[in-house]
Amino acid sequence: MTMATREIESKPYGRISIQEQQIIHFPRGLFGFEDRHDYALIDSTTPPFYWLQNLDDPELAFILINPYIVAPEYVLDVSEDDLHAVESEDGSELLVFSIVTIPADRSQISCNLQGPLLINRRARLARQAISLDQRWEIKHYLTSGAGA
Amino acid sequence: MLILSRKVNERIVIGDDIEVAVVEIRGDQVKLGIIAPQNVTVHRREVFDQIQEENRAAAMGDAADLAKLSGLFPADTMISPGDSAAPDPSDSGDQRKRPDQSDS
Repeated sequence: MTMATREIESKPYGRISIQEQQIIHFPRGLFGFEDRHDYALIDSTTPPFYWLQNLDDPELAFILINPYIVAPEYVLDVSEDDLHAVESEDGSELLVFSIVTIPADRSQISCNLQGPLLINRRARLARQAISLDQRWEIKHYLTSGAGA
Repeated sequence: MLILSRKVNERIVIGDDIEVAVVEIRGDQVKLGIIAPQNVTVHRREVFDQIQEENRAAAMGDAADLAKLSGLFPADTMISPGDSAAPDPSDSGDQRKRPDQSDS
């Protein structure tokens, strides 16, 4: 199978080449960015982080991490609506990511476990869900001792 | 916005299958009961607002910020190469939903 590639402008790395299969559609956008629908999922040069780069606005990009790395006990608990929206009613084919926030005070770096990103890797369809379990915080601190 | 006056134990009906009941009124707090089908999700408005705010803050991060985080996680917590960002149809994934593990 030949992979179609394409050049995009990215916030972290400038002009880069990506494969079409890295492109993901968010029909509803992200909360606060409802009019931005198309992103590319890019490996960062700082694993295990990823970049979610918007394709229409090179300045719009989010840092992602696999929530199970920062919270091994994390349980994805989202509504049927959210799973239906990414055409993954049984949760299969799903990649789950958490958006990382890096404030000026880097001891306060956190990721959002309350609003996980669900990505159906086969359909390349995604959505920001809301956890039904309130114990997963919007600011889950990545560095020990922070935010206590 | 449609504004309705309701007393305790009175209800409103939205569409065919959603009902909202006023369960209790105490001071400036109203307790609402919501009857809706399983597939209809109900969230407090503040949750949407907070996630929106957090997304805006997260969008401020840049590559220089991220580079400073290298080494934050020990190598043994890295995801395996098979979990590369590019969606790979041959990889069934290990992140599927784990149902019925709530702490209720």
